[in-house]
Amino acid sequence: MNKETNFFKRLNDWVNGEADRLFPELQETDTPKAPEPVATIGPLPNKDVLFLTSYQAVALIVVIGMVSILLYTVYKLPLFGVADNPAVNEVVERYVEKGLEETGAVNVVAGMILDYRAFDTLGESSVLLLAITSVMMLLLKDEKNTDPDEELIEAHEAVIEDHNRDMILQTMTIILMPAIMLYGIYVILNGHLSPGGGFSGGAILGAGLILFASGFGHNRVKKFFNMNTFRALTTTALLGYGILKTYSFLLGANHLPTGIPLGIPGAIFSSGLIFVLDICVGLIVACTMYGFFSVFSRGEI
Amino acid sequence: MKNFFAELINDRFMIAAVLLFGLGFMNLLLQKNLIKKIIGFNVMDSSIFLFLASQGYINGRIAPIITNGVFDAEVYINPIPSGLVLTGIVVSVSVTAFFLALTVRLYGIYKTVDFDEIMLLINKEAE
Amino acid sequence: MNVIYELILIVFLFVCAIGAFLSERLLIAVVIFMSYSLVMSVIWALLQSPDLAITEAAVGAGVSGILFFITLKRIHALKGTKDE
Repeated sequence: MNKETNFFKRLNDWVNGEADRLFPELQETDTPKAPEPVATIGPLPNKDVLFLTSYQAVALIVVIGMVSILLYTVYKLPLFGVADNPAVNEVVERYVEKGLEETGAVNVVAGMILDYRAFDTLGESSVLLLAITSVMMLLLKDEKNTDPDEELIEAHEAVIEDHNRDMILQTMTIILMPAIMLYGIYVILNGHLSPGGGFSGGAILGAGLILFASGFGHNRVKKFFNMNTFRALTTTALLGYGILKTYSFLLGANHLPTGIPLGIPGAIFSSGLIFVLDICVGLIVACTMYGFFSVFSRGEI
Repeated sequence: MKNFFAELINDRFMIAAVLLFGLGFMNLLLQKNLIKKIIGFNVMDSSIFLFLASQGYINGRIAPIITNGVFDAEVYINPIPSGLVLTGIVVSVSVTAFFLALTVRLYGIYKTVDFDEIMLLINKEAE
Repeated sequence: MNVIYELILIVFLFVCAIGAFLSERLLIAVVIFMSYSLVMSVIWALLQSPDLAITEAAVGAGVSGILFFITLKRIHALKGTKDE
């Protein structure tokens, strides 16, 4: 009877996440403790307490005021889902009715963001490149921003990780990786025929690379995806997209017909330039997502 | 009164978007932990995308993928807000990654993620 | 009938948002935030925008959640400790 309550108490603690006490003989060895916080905080001085309470009161008033103004605006807006919305005007008719003839894309949204409004997508791709560059500036390891304590802790944890590679993770990675990469490439290439496109396919490819890197270690990925590959892929894709689509500003914002034929709607090699632009956007998004993971966890790509 | 409730249920997405915006904004301003501030910022962003994407929906029509050769604009919903939100989602994840990188660097210097303690330490260093 | 589904999903959204802000442990807050992203993706599928649903599911519940977890590891807030 005593052993049963002990077991149930341990099960309860384990479910609550209190401690790994369900099978106590399988515990790992302890990693070294985190560094102690630097400052000891005493009671705050008086002017700081006044500032804090007035800051909280003013923040509450500002938020409640803004929400009530927005609710009143929602009350005055046209109703949701009614067909005679003022947002549905002749632009929508032009995009839907002439979309297939002029762009060759069956998916109206993909044809719109890569042909009619391609400049917005160029801006978004440059925001991605800017974000990964800023994160690299903050977090890449070099001689000037390494801390000797942190290095010791991370070296200790890296040795422990290399010895206990997780078997479940490795087996599932071997089974799932080809399927994920194939699905990501399928979503990118079929962007103009079905829902999906460059962004979603690139995110799926990036997530597949993250799974491989966390299952098999960083050194295996460095054999085929290192800093030079990253630089070459992102700059080529962004420059290619920029050159292919910004010439129209010099020609008075009118499209020149490109040499690529539009093809039969519904086939994969149709819709001219949208196919190439989809691949460019997908490559940038995939490299950026993997770059975020790698810089955060290792400090290098 | 019944008319008021019928309108409330009809405008459900827009009202939910505005209330979530208020919730996320309040947490961005008032929480002490930096990670919870970043979660509040993300909730705010997602609620704005919900508001935008709900402006394109029309009752009874289907998704804007041309099937069976029907070119009529009366059969599909408005595709324009969908394109705007697609760009916004990727920009939102980029800004979140930048915030998290700043948090990691702040932790490396001050060894704490609590906003009040960081302000106290900065004031002590300035003296 | 669709209206009732959408109202239930909106109530889930509110519960997830309030739960993410009131929990003490950072790990649980991040997990609840990932489920908030997932419910948002289902709402977009109900609003007849499949592009947004796929992108939000891959980016919001996938990559953004992973970035939060790696940050929590770098600031030593994992391993069952409560945050201060």
